[in-house]
Amino acid sequence: MSDGVLLTGGAGVLFAVLAAVALASAIAVVVARSPVHSALFLLLSFVLVAAIFILQQAEFVGAVQMLVYAGGIMVLFLFVVMLVNPGVTRSEKSFQHQWDVAVVLLPIFLLPFLYILGTEKLPDVPVKAEAFRMVGTRVVGNTEAVSWVLFRDYLVPFEVASVFLLVAMIGAVVLGKRSLEKMD
Amino acid sequence: MTLVDGAIVVLRVVVPALILPALVIPLVWVERRVAAFIQDRPGPNRVGPFGLLQSPADIIKLFTKEDVVPAATDKFLFLLAPSLAVFAALSTFAVVPYGPTIRVAGKVIPMVGADVSVGLLYVFAITSLSVYAIVLAGWSSNDKFSLLGGIRSSAQIISYELAMTTAAAGVVLAAGSFRLTDIVAMQEGTFRLLPVVPRWNFFPQVIGFIVFFVSAFAETNRLPFDLPEAEAELVAGYHTEYSAMRFGSYFLAEYINVIVASAMTATLYFGGWSLPGFHPEGWLGGLLGLLIFAAKTAFFVLVFIWVRWTLPRFRYDQLMRLGWKTLLPLSLANLLWVALLAIWRTSR
Repeated sequence: MSDGVLLTGGAGVLFAVLAAVALASAIAVVVARSPVHSALFLLLSFVLVAAIFILQQAEFVGAVQMLVYAGGIMVLFLFVVMLVNPGVTRSEKSFQHQWDVAVVLLPIFLLPFLYILGTEKLPDVPVKAEAFRMVGTRVVGNTEAVSWVLFRDYLVPFEVASVFLLVAMIGAVVLGKRSLEKMD
Repeated sequence: MTLVDGAIVVLRVVVPALILPALVIPLVWVERRVAAFIQDRPGPNRVGPFGLLQSPADIIKLFTKEDVVPAATDKFLFLLAPSLAVFAALSTFAVVPYGPTIRVAGKVIPMVGADVSVGLLYVFAITSLSVYAIVLAGWSSNDKFSLLGGIRSSAQIISYELAMTTAAAGVVLAAGSFRLTDIVAMQEGTFRLLPVVPRWNFFPQVIGFIVFFVSAFAETNRLPFDLPEAEAELVAGYHTEYSAMRFGSYFLAEYINVIVASAMTATLYFGGWSLPGFHPEGWLGGLLGLLIFAAKTAFFVLVFIWVRWTLPRFRYDQLMRLGWKTLLPLSLANLLWVALLAIWRTSR
């Protein structure tokens, strides 16, 4: 990691605290027994990631993270979880039938991952905060910088991705409808 | 930072945060008196002059009652949910400009809590958190009426937030900024083609305004969209199991939300503190701007109350159909219209 100003001093301490709590709550998502608690830990993790974005002076991405993930997707998750209301997972062994397979697979995936993590040089954190608000050589707001990248530099990939999402959504609706019709 | 600067920050930030909950006390009285007027009965008129002390008496009652926490609840979430409601309601107001930027004794004082660049996104991000206060209350109470209220609330918020943000996107497109002070600034003065009409977003974006204001009723859980509460069907919905001031804090949050939603409507569509021909200067200009802003906000608060005691409650499927099949297409049409206007304006 480079000595970017964004991650030194008080901001660095704050980043470490936020990142640690975000990771801890991400682990809690998997560990928690009640599905509602899992969903809430995921929400906490999203909120903390939004805080990290804002700490990096990417306030647009931070606000969108809150709006879309915390405000939209997690409400939908909670809606489904509460509607189904599966209750607390009581059996301790219910998800652990294949632990022997997992033990074999773990090193196969973990070792290459650790190797890449150890040898690959990670992209540096920009030294100046302005890097997140630059268009070419002009300094604009973070919102405008993001929109230039999204709608000029990467317009085609962006539009293709949105068409893919639309296709996936329509596909889900069609599949859902078909199983409903069978039931009738 | 000198002592004076510190005092200015306290005045700008802390005082609105204290005034907002204090305004709820007279607002509850106004709501009950207006309700009584609409229903042709006297309303609370015994405690103090005109019944003005009824609300303080109720608050003393709420604070001194026993705070019951039922045994089978999820304690942590049950206790957290009401404070989350008040937190979300109060912190939304932080970015709303309640007056002009004034110059007093060589100091520039913007009359807004925090003038952040993504102001409008911040407002929506925080209001979207307020649904958790209701959903968590519904789930943690371990009560089927509460749970039904919570589930209704989450479905309602998802349907209406989309229409509301898309309608507000029209305002952002017209202003070219998420910053609320910029949005107010672009609405100052009058239209060039029609010099008698103020340049409020309301006139070019009347459809967007209707969608935004209708969605605001759903977001604040007020009649005709108070389905999470629906006392005729769900006892009291999500707050059935709450008592004393925890119960009261949901009412506090609801009334603060009504004030904030009215303030947002005034800011986005009716020019906030500005009026054509009003050029604020000094502390008197600031005070006048504040009064104009308060008058516009109070008007929409009264509309909120008026609608509550006039319209019946929607059925659940009607609510969902209105959100997805009427308001969302309307808000998209509004966005398209504003985009065309913006192209026309830049091509001239």
